[in-house]
Amino acid sequence: MTLILGIETSCDETGVAVVRDGRAIVANEVASQIHIHREFGGVVPEIASRRHTTCISQLTRLVLDQSGPVDAVAATWGPGLMGSLLVGVSFAKSLAYAWGVPYVPVHHIEGHIFSVFVDPEQSDVDFPFLALVVSGGHTCLIDCPRPHVYEILGSTRDDAVGECFDKVARLLGLPYPGGPSIQKAAEGGDPHAFSFPRAMMQGDSLEFSYSGLKTAVLYEMRDGAPSPADLAASFQHAAVDVLVMKTRRALEVSGRTRLVVAGGVSANRLLRERLTTELDIPVHVPPLSLCVDNGAMIAAAAYSRLQHGFVGQLSDTASASMRLA
Amino acid sequence: MNEAFEVRTVSPEETEALGRRLAALLPPGSVVALRGDLAAGKTCLVRGIAGRADRVAPVHSPTFTIVNEYPAEADGPSIVHVDLYRLTSIDEMADLGPEELFDPGDASRIVVVEWAERAEALLPALRVDIALEHAGHDRRRIAIRDHGVLPDGWPDALAAE
Repeated sequence: MTLILGIETSCDETGVAVVRDGRAIVANEVASQIHIHREFGGVVPEIASRRHTTCISQLTRLVLDQSGPVDAVAATWGPGLMGSLLVGVSFAKSLAYAWGVPYVPVHHIEGHIFSVFVDPEQSDVDFPFLALVVSGGHTCLIDCPRPHVYEILGSTRDDAVGECFDKVARLLGLPYPGGPSIQKAAEGGDPHAFSFPRAMMQGDSLEFSYSGLKTAVLYEMRDGAPSPADLAASFQHAAVDVLVMKTRRALEVSGRTRLVVAGGVSANRLLRERLTTELDIPVHVPPLSLCVDNGAMIAAAAYSRLQHGFVGQLSDTASASMRLA
Repeated sequence: MNEAFEVRTVSPEETEALGRRLAALLPPGSVVALRGDLAAGKTCLVRGIAGRADRVAPVHSPTFTIVNEYPAEADGPSIVHVDLYRLTSIDEMADLGPEELFDPGDASRIVVVEWAERAEALLPALRVDIALEHAGHDRRRIAIRDHGVLPDGWPDALAAE
């Protein structure tokens, strides 16, 4: 039995978890959850690395109380906000050094890809597969022939799809984060009321572009006073449409017969429904709790890395703009 | 040289081309402060500014990561692309290390800041200010004001197609 402590601090969430044998979550805490807010006597705000610093020890204490001693410590080492990454990486390396156990650095996107591996409902997931990673910071299609071998087939040229949801929500006067508020606003709206552009659909491109979609929503709003429900529904339809079409195209190109979806936008109901009903292959989507950044996915990826002989050095440091492949 | 210049573009391509012409005039170490609402063309302009060298990483929105850095070619400066959209207070800006970020003595890079109005007090005095405004559909009005960075005669050089 191998227990791994996984730490994720690449952006806003502080995630700490312990996972057994890469598959079973023993403890999983994320410091943007309400009970943690309460425990810390306030909201855990955005960005600042010092906020990771203030809650990382308590979160680690919480999960270790549930798990007992661990066999390795893993942390996200990029990409992300440098100051935030350094908190998790330094903390993880210190623990690994003090306990005399291996330190395993994990790429943030690889972590997301492994989030379905810790879902007990999806014990059948295995390589090879195609991965669609969609979040506030990433939009990419990745061919995953075997563990830790990745090929980026396409990614966004400008805005990430989650960022587009956030910004369109702001245009519509809806609260942050944009994903859930647009999904809610779109209920009862007509997804065909507006014909928004589907960018980069020509030829066999697997690249994405979401900047023009945001602009198109803005123009519709300036041209009149359209129904917010229709706007939200039409926008969501267009945004998801591109993801589904490009995923289908990437499956053809790669010849993969299994799809793994991950990242915050994989919580979107329309996207989940369309991918699972329109593709006649197994589609693995993480439970909602694992769509956001979390430590469990980092521990799961680290377990596999250890199995394949990848161990980090204490001299390894974080990198803000690290490439997956 | 404190000079202002206004230009109108009619497409994202033209905005990007303006960025390329501006890049040719920017000395290493420059700080460029961009202001403009959502979809005003800020990232588009940055793509043009960064486009003078064959960058390893394509320009994309740094809204989520706050800072993207596009590495330089052998002899040119790298481009540091900053986006303050998500910042809610000046304290959060302080966490980014503005002294390092806006160090005018660092000739290894050019720094371009989107949503610069969110850190007005921390911007260096020597900089280029650019305001982008919607002027009907794909048209944009782009006002450029130099604060001691650009070479003499820059408005003519920018206007030249």
